[in-house]
Amino acid sequence: MSDPSLLALTLAEARDGLARKSFSARELTVAYNDAVREIEPLNAYITPTPERALEMADAADHRRAKGEALPLDGIPVAVKDVYCTKDVLTTAASHILDGFHPPYESTVTQKLWQSGAVMLGKTNLDEFAMGSSSTTSYYGPVENPWRRPGDNRPLVPGGSSGGSAAAVAAHAALAATGTDTGGSIRQPASYCGIVGLKPTYGRCSRWGVVAFASSLDHPGPMTRTVRDAAIMLRAMSGNDPRDSTSAPVAVPDFEAALTGDIRGLRIGIPQEYRVDGMPAEIEALWQQGIEWLRAAGADPVEIRLPMTKYALPTYYIIAPAEASSNLARYDGVRFGLRVEGNSLDEMYELTRAAGFGAEVRRRVLIGTYVLSAGYYDAYYLKAQRVRTLIARDFAAAFERVDGILTPPAPSAAFAIGAQSEDPIAMYLNDVFTVPCSLAGLPAISVPAGLSLDGLPLGLQIIGRAFDEETVLRIADSLERAAQFRHVPSFVARGGQ
Amino acid sequence: MIEGRTGPWESIIGLEVHAQVVSNAKLFSAAATDFGSEPNTQVSPVDAAFPGMLPVINRFCVEQAVKTGLGLDAEIRLESVFDRKNYFYPDLPPGYQISQYQQPVVGRGRVVLDMPDGTIREIGITRLHLEQDAGKSLHDQHPSLTYVDLNRAGIALMEIVSEPDLRSAEEASVYLRKLRSILRYLGTCDGNMEEGSLRCDCNVSVRRPGEPHGTRCEIKNLNSIRYVMQAIEYEARRQIEILEEGGVIDQQTRLFDSARGITRPMRSKEEAHDYRYFPDPDLLPLVLDPEWVGRVRAELPELPDVKKARFVSGYGLSSDDAAVLVAEQETGLFFEQVAKGRDPKAVANWIMGDLFSALNRLGVGIEQSPVSADHLGSLIDLIADGTISGRLAKDVFVDVVATGADPRAIVETKGLRQVTDSAAIEAVIDTVLAAQADKVAEYRAGRDKLYGFFVGQVMRSTQGKANPALVNELLRRKLSR
Repeated sequence: MSDPSLLALTLAEARDGLARKSFSARELTVAYNDAVREIEPLNAYITPTPERALEMADAADHRRAKGEALPLDGIPVAVKDVYCTKDVLTTAASHILDGFHPPYESTVTQKLWQSGAVMLGKTNLDEFAMGSSSTTSYYGPVENPWRRPGDNRPLVPGGSSGGSAAAVAAHAALAATGTDTGGSIRQPASYCGIVGLKPTYGRCSRWGVVAFASSLDHPGPMTRTVRDAAIMLRAMSGNDPRDSTSAPVAVPDFEAALTGDIRGLRIGIPQEYRVDGMPAEIEALWQQGIEWLRAAGADPVEIRLPMTKYALPTYYIIAPAEASSNLARYDGVRFGLRVEGNSLDEMYELTRAAGFGAEVRRRVLIGTYVLSAGYYDAYYLKAQRVRTLIARDFAAAFERVDGILTPPAPSAAFAIGAQSEDPIAMYLNDVFTVPCSLAGLPAISVPAGLSLDGLPLGLQIIGRAFDEETVLRIADSLERAAQFRHVPSFVARGGQ
Repeated sequence: MIEGRTGPWESIIGLEVHAQVVSNAKLFSAAATDFGSEPNTQVSPVDAAFPGMLPVINRFCVEQAVKTGLGLDAEIRLESVFDRKNYFYPDLPPGYQISQYQQPVVGRGRVVLDMPDGTIREIGITRLHLEQDAGKSLHDQHPSLTYVDLNRAGIALMEIVSEPDLRSAEEASVYLRKLRSILRYLGTCDGNMEEGSLRCDCNVSVRRPGEPHGTRCEIKNLNSIRYVMQAIEYEARRQIEILEEGGVIDQQTRLFDSARGITRPMRSKEEAHDYRYFPDPDLLPLVLDPEWVGRVRAELPELPDVKKARFVSGYGLSSDDAAVLVAEQETGLFFEQVAKGRDPKAVANWIMGDLFSALNRLGVGIEQSPVSADHLGSLIDLIADGTISGRLAKDVFVDVVATGADPRAIVETKGLRQVTDSAAIEAVIDTVLAAQADKVAEYRAGRDKLYGFFVGQVMRSTQGKANPALVNELLRRKLSR
């Protein structure tokens, strides 16, 4: 019988409890394995790995008993199912990866296990991380643990890291890995009332992470608190010679940056993020955030990011272009699904038609189109140039400010199915997350309040490249001010 | 120039050579590259394009490409970019080949050709870029299935593109030999066409002399110099016939059918791939440090053209002889070992004559020569110091080839030492002339041709050991009496 009170602890609290030997890694893991089962209705996990979790927990307890405890020893975490995990089914939520058991472990998960973390399982997502709702998974949609009070309709958890967000929010993982290409960590974090950190491009290795758009894919942590994000980020970061785009920079102690002191920091408020039709509650929370930071001694200033309006179309050219090429390897020849045909071309066509869902097919087609002869210059090349200009916008802003405060998403969670007919409406969810994705800058979403209909809303802090410390410090301050204590309507309670 | 039915035509040829880089590991993975290994034993998850696998550039392959660029007297581009060339094929696991499209690592260069007629031709190099090789589809292992061997997938290739400066199949062959020679000197490609280390695509068009270039056809994947020549000759003829009939040339990719000696269409323009090139987002631009390039340049070996010039000026060889001796690095090395302190011209003649024909007969290269440089040197010394005649030396050489023994030992054990004792030779001459008194009379009556007969008789009587000059001198004196 597991102890339900364990599930309410934050990662930092659990770490300290383990260190004090208030409970064992096995006790903690048993509670979390139960929680994973309990939240099955949310469809947050594709593949739970309870036996492996227990083995890892026992190993952690063994190390601690010998006085050789590791930084994350015994901390149960969930892994978005785009991280390849050795001998554990890895699907990217796609039919086309049927039965794929990688013979290798991704760098980031390897680092987590080497820090002593315990793997609870692989979490659900939008197929190949393409989406903002976690509804395009071959394994079915993920449900948000939150519901509007008095309304029973299931809501999306956001996406694409919706399974990770739902699991962490529903207390069925202490933390999770996500990946953020255009907002896939921050937007679900905001929708599920948790913290989601997209680090600087190059901070966390992409090696062993199923690629969506190589120049935009950012592995990062999803947690219940800013401190937990700092702890996870430290374990996940580091230069990796196997990823040519990994940055040779040192990994600081991010937790040490959480001083609570943001006095004198200049916080940019970009006018361009006040978009038409933005709900008043989002605007109001943003204003509230400005006031919290001002009250904490920071100095909010208006800034201009004039290229912002081009970010979304730019993203929706570059990301599909890279995806169309990255996904060419799913051809039925070497692994995953194969549908036999009468010729090679027919085998390709049948396999890819059956293996990819509608959204993936749409993006592969868009990407193929924008890279085609005669269109390359007008679309892809121009998008790359605009991308450079967007990065310059941020560089200019960061000459004046230390961080930028924006909403992470233009709305709270919406009902499952509400936007699936209109891909453009779905893409608009990324409007606030995409610009700094294109620039590769670190950004975090912190839960800051509730919408009028009782759903969580976040605030986003964007920072300078490789200055996650300042981002975390400001986020920590926001978190202290916001005092977000709400819990979703559906949380694991350890069988109570 | 090719004479057609309606007048002369000129063929315009450019070559794209794919040279496999000498390297223990692949261009973007650590998998091994040994030729002839069991299928799919030299494959990493990167080569097989498993999900999440990423390429990491092999710096040694970059160094090899830079070396080659320097050897082609070409511009080394300090920043270059790897692009993806997208197409589906089972032997191309990622669905794209990593190549360099718009920004190759090496820019313009040149290759100087010594044509057999003694003229010099300079052929422009357009570019050299690094790219991955594909795997191999095996269609002959099963009646209905195709098997795939990924051992070759991801191996580094240098694509070396020439300007359309070549004008005949012969020039193309001289160019390929010269290029191969440079690559072997540099140790950047073993040049082994049978194993596919060097493959060639030929772009061929024809025109009336002085007119603009015609439409070209590309003949893919030729793996011997002979096929390159046959393909070019056939293709030029084919195009001339079409044009002389009033037709037009379709721009095509063609294959050479070596059994029939013809080219035939592979795919037409309509079926041409759209490769959707774009910079590979998994790789950063390749940036080279100019000081590093300088160090690579400083460590280059002496290349054929420079060596040839040195052989002409330093050893007094003719340009033709020097060109032959420098074509292979080992030949030049062998020559210099033998020539040390000896007559270079004599050494060159021995190497290019008797040694080359012996090696040809045995089917081995000079590095496996049964006659070592020391032994050839001894043999030449034996002639120079008069121990044996040049005539006998040929026989001794044959013995050295057969036995690998020291020529001095052969001369001693067989008693081949030349007779230079004029009294002994005189005695032999006297005996011969006495035995052939009637021929002597005929000679003295004016049949000069008999002179050779007497020389032959004297040499035979001495088993070839008589010093030919002495024989001549003494014989003439005796016959003139």
